[in-house]
Amino acid sequence: MVENRPWLTVMSHAVLITGILVISFPLYVTFVASTHTLDDILKVPMPLLPGHRLWENYWQALTAGTSKDVTAPVGRMMFNSLVMALVITFGKIAISIIASFAIVYFRFPLRNFFFWMIFVTLMLPVEVRIIPTFKVVSDLGMINSYVGLTLPLIASATATFLFRQFFLTVPEELAEAARIDGAGPMRFFWDVVLPLSKTSIAALFVIQFIYGWNQYLWPLLITTDESMYTAVIGIKRMIVTGDALTEWNLVMATAVLALLPPALVVLLMQRWFVKGLVETEK
Amino acid sequence: MEKRVVFRSAWLPYALVAPQIAVTIVFFFWPAVQAGWYSFQLQDAFGERTQFVGLANFAALFRDSNYLHSFQITAFFSMMVAGSGIAISLLLAAMADRVIRGALAYRTLLIWPYAVASAVAGVLWLFLFAPSIGIITFALRSIGINWDWVLQGNQAMLLVVIAATWKQISYNFLFFVAGLQSIPKSLIEAAAIDGAGPGRRFWTIVLPLLSPTAFFLLVVNIVYAFFDTFGVIDATTQGGPAGATQILVYKVYYDGVKAADLGGSSAQSVILMVIVIALTVVQFRYIERKVQY
Repeated sequence: MVENRPWLTVMSHAVLITGILVISFPLYVTFVASTHTLDDILKVPMPLLPGHRLWENYWQALTAGTSKDVTAPVGRMMFNSLVMALVITFGKIAISIIASFAIVYFRFPLRNFFFWMIFVTLMLPVEVRIIPTFKVVSDLGMINSYVGLTLPLIASATATFLFRQFFLTVPEELAEAARIDGAGPMRFFWDVVLPLSKTSIAALFVIQFIYGWNQYLWPLLITTDESMYTAVIGIKRMIVTGDALTEWNLVMATAVLALLPPALVVLLMQRWFVKGLVETEK
Repeated sequence: MEKRVVFRSAWLPYALVAPQIAVTIVFFFWPAVQAGWYSFQLQDAFGERTQFVGLANFAALFRDSNYLHSFQITAFFSMMVAGSGIAISLLLAAMADRVIRGALAYRTLLIWPYAVASAVAGVLWLFLFAPSIGIITFALRSIGINWDWVLQGNQAMLLVVIAATWKQISYNFLFFVAGLQSIPKSLIEAAAIDGAGPGRRFWTIVLPLLSPTAFFLLVVNIVYAFFDTFGVIDATTQGGPAGATQILVYKVYYDGVKAADLGGSSAQSVILMVIVIALTVVQFRYIERKVQY
C-alpha cells in the first residue's frame, strides 16, 4: 500500500465481496435446490432458503440414483470418478517421472527423438482426435472398463516437462557424490531424486486429480453401462429435455456431490494448487 | 541445458521411457494418423465400404455453410470468453492486490470454481437460466425480458459464455495476482511521489507491466474456449438452437458420434489439430521471449 486512501480500500472490499457473491450464487442456489422436494423447486420462483430435505435427497442420490432416468446410485459413480482420478494422477506422475529421469540422467540414442515425441502430444488434446481414439480403444476391447477410462489419458507432456525442468535444477554434485559412493542409477532415483521431487509431485497431484475427476468427453464416449458412469456423466444423463421432467432436487444433490471432492482438494491443498497451476504452464 | 554427470546403461533408459512412449504411440500417434487417413476417405452409410476421395472431404467442409458458420461462432465465443474472463479477473485481482485484511479469505473464495467440471458448471447455470423454472429467468421476466434460450440463439450463446467464463475466472485471477505481486513496489512508489493517483498509476505503470501476463492468458483462454468448453456446451445447449452454439469441437463430436460421418468428422479433426499446433507455436514463441527478459 503506497498511500492511505480509505475510500479506495472500502471500494476494493466492496468489489471483491460483490465478485464473490456473484461467483458463489450458482453454488448457493444449487445447494438450496438440493434441500427441497421437487414440487417446491418447480414452484416459480423457487425458495431461496434451504429446505428440510437435505438428508433424504442426498441419501436417495447416493444409494439409488434418480427414479426414472439413471437408476445407478451416485455413490457408485463417485467411486468410479475416484478410481479414474487417482489412477490417472498416479499413472501420469509415475510414468512421467521415470521418463524424464531417463531423459535427463542418461545419454542414449534416440533420446531427443523420444523427448520430441512426448512434447508433440501437448498439441493433440483428446477433443481433436475423438473418433479414431475411440476406435482404437474399442478395438482393444476396453469399452466400459477402468483401463479404457484411464489408460488413454495417462500420457502427459506437462508432467514430463515439469519433472525435466526440475531435474535440471538439481545440483550436479548430488549425482557425482552418488556415483563416487557406488550408487547405481535406480538407487540414486529412489534415495535422492524422488525425495527431492516431493513438492513437484504434490503440486502435480492437485492439478491432475482435478483433471481426472472432471473428465467429461472421454467417459461420455467410453461408458455405456450405467454402473461405469462417472459422477459428472451421471449428472448429464439425469437431465431430460423439458424442465419439469428432470428431478432437479436429485440432480442438484448429485452436482454438489460431484464438485465437492475436487473443490476440497483445491481448498485444502491450496498452496500446492497455486504452485502446480503456475508451474505446469511454464 | 544438459547434465554433465550421467549414468550409463545399455537398456535401463529405454525401459524407463517405454511406458510413456507406448501410451503415447497407441493413444496419440496411432489415432492421429488414423484421423489423417480417414479424412481422405468416404464411408457409405453402413460403414461397410470406404472409398478414397482425396481432399473431397475438406472441399466439402469449406463449401458447407454450417461449417463456416461454426467457425464464426467459435471465434465469437472464444473472444467473448477470453475477453470477459480477463477483464473481470483483472478487476478482481487489482482489488485483491490493494487489500491486506482478508486477502487469503478472498483468494480462497474466488478460486474454487476452478475445481468444478465444465459439464457441472454448465448444469449449475442451466438451472439458473432454465426457461420455465430458473430463478434468473424469473427475475428477467419480471423486468420484462423474454428469456428463453431454447428458442433464441443469442440468449443460448450468452448462457454458454457466462458458464464458460465463470469457470475460468479463478484461473485468470491467480495469474494476475502473481503478475501484480511481481511488479516492483519502488516503481509504484516513485509514481506516487510524482503525484500520480491510483488510477493513473494503474493505467501507465501496472497495466503495461502486466501485458505479458495478459497476453499469455489470452492464448490460454482461447485454447480453453476452443476445446475445454465441450462439457459446458454438451450439458446445456448441445449446440442448439439451430446450431447457434455449435462450436468446432462440438461439431466434430456431433458429426462423428451422432451423425456417424467418419470422413467429415476426421477432416474437421485434422483442421482442429492444425489450429492447436498454431496456437501452441504462438504460445511457445511468447514464452521464449519471456525467458530472455
